[in-house]
Amino acid sequence: MMNKIKFILFISLFILCFQKLTVANNFSSEVDKISKNLRCLICQGQSVYDSQSDFAISMKLLIKNKIENGETEDQIYDYLKKQYGEWIVYDPEFDKKNLILWGFPLILFIFGGLLIYKKVFIN
Amino acid sequence: MKKNIFYLSILLFFAFIFTIFYAGLDKPNFYKPEEVKNKILEEFTSTELFSNKQFNSKDIIEKNNFTLINIWSSWCIPCRSEHAILMTLSEKTDLNIIGLNYKDKKNNAIKFLDELGDPFSKNLIDPDGIISISLGAYGVPESFLLNNKSRIIRKYIGPLTSDNISEIIKIIQ
Repeated sequence: MMNKIKFILFISLFILCFQKLTVANNFSSEVDKISKNLRCLICQGQSVYDSQSDFAISMKLLIKNKIENGETEDQIYDYLKKQYGEWIVYDPEFDKKNLILWGFPLILFIFGGLLIYKKVFIN
Repeated sequence: MKKNIFYLSILLFFAFIFTIFYAGLDKPNFYKPEEVKNKILEEFTSTELFSNKQFNSKDIIEKNNFTLINIWSSWCIPCRSEHAILMTLSEKTDLNIIGLNYKDKKNNAIKFLDELGDPFSKNLIDPDGIISISLGAYGVPESFLLNNKSRIIRKYIGPLTSDNISEIIKIIQ
């Protein structure tokens, strides 16, 4: 009897341990995902995820805290953009200034498609 | 005729690309922080270094016309050279200078202030750097000049220079 109880206790503790572990993992994978999209502002050419600078370490901690407080990914990006400007995110937003950047590949694509169409179907 | 148009469009295409890259040559590719003037500093609560009491940033800032928040650390070499300037500023003016001790050991911070003097009216601690990040700081040293509405009037990245000090004195008078 005693052994059975011990066994059940052991198993439930074991499961509990792993539950904690998965929760922790979920947070850190979310932190990794967000920090990979953030530019480390004081180290050239590195993301916050890659960098081991004080700035990046604190940033990762801040992101973790925000996730634990239930903030979404977009909320965190918006917050950081407000503090540091748009440069901090790798993905630039679509606006007038980078219209060419976004539009040019599309124009090339359409132009190329037209060329192929002309070559194949009209000639 | 058709061939000419083809060659001309290729030429135009390369001219276009060349212009863009050529214009890009002159552009500095290092990051310049955005203008943060007139932003409101985010509120924070932290512990004081000596008294271990909790303080809210808003309460401290609202009591004075102007406040200078200086992020510093005992391990930061430029902070050492900047410290003399902060000392003169605290002696010459009645500006409220708040220290934010960034990722430091308490003993080292106290030793640093014993050795070089304490220009700060309060010294709040930021052991994991999160407060500094939430203020929009890059590292140490960094200073924010605020009015009593927590509005950032000036932000100085890197050690304060004597030019910065004369600017600050001009603003607060």
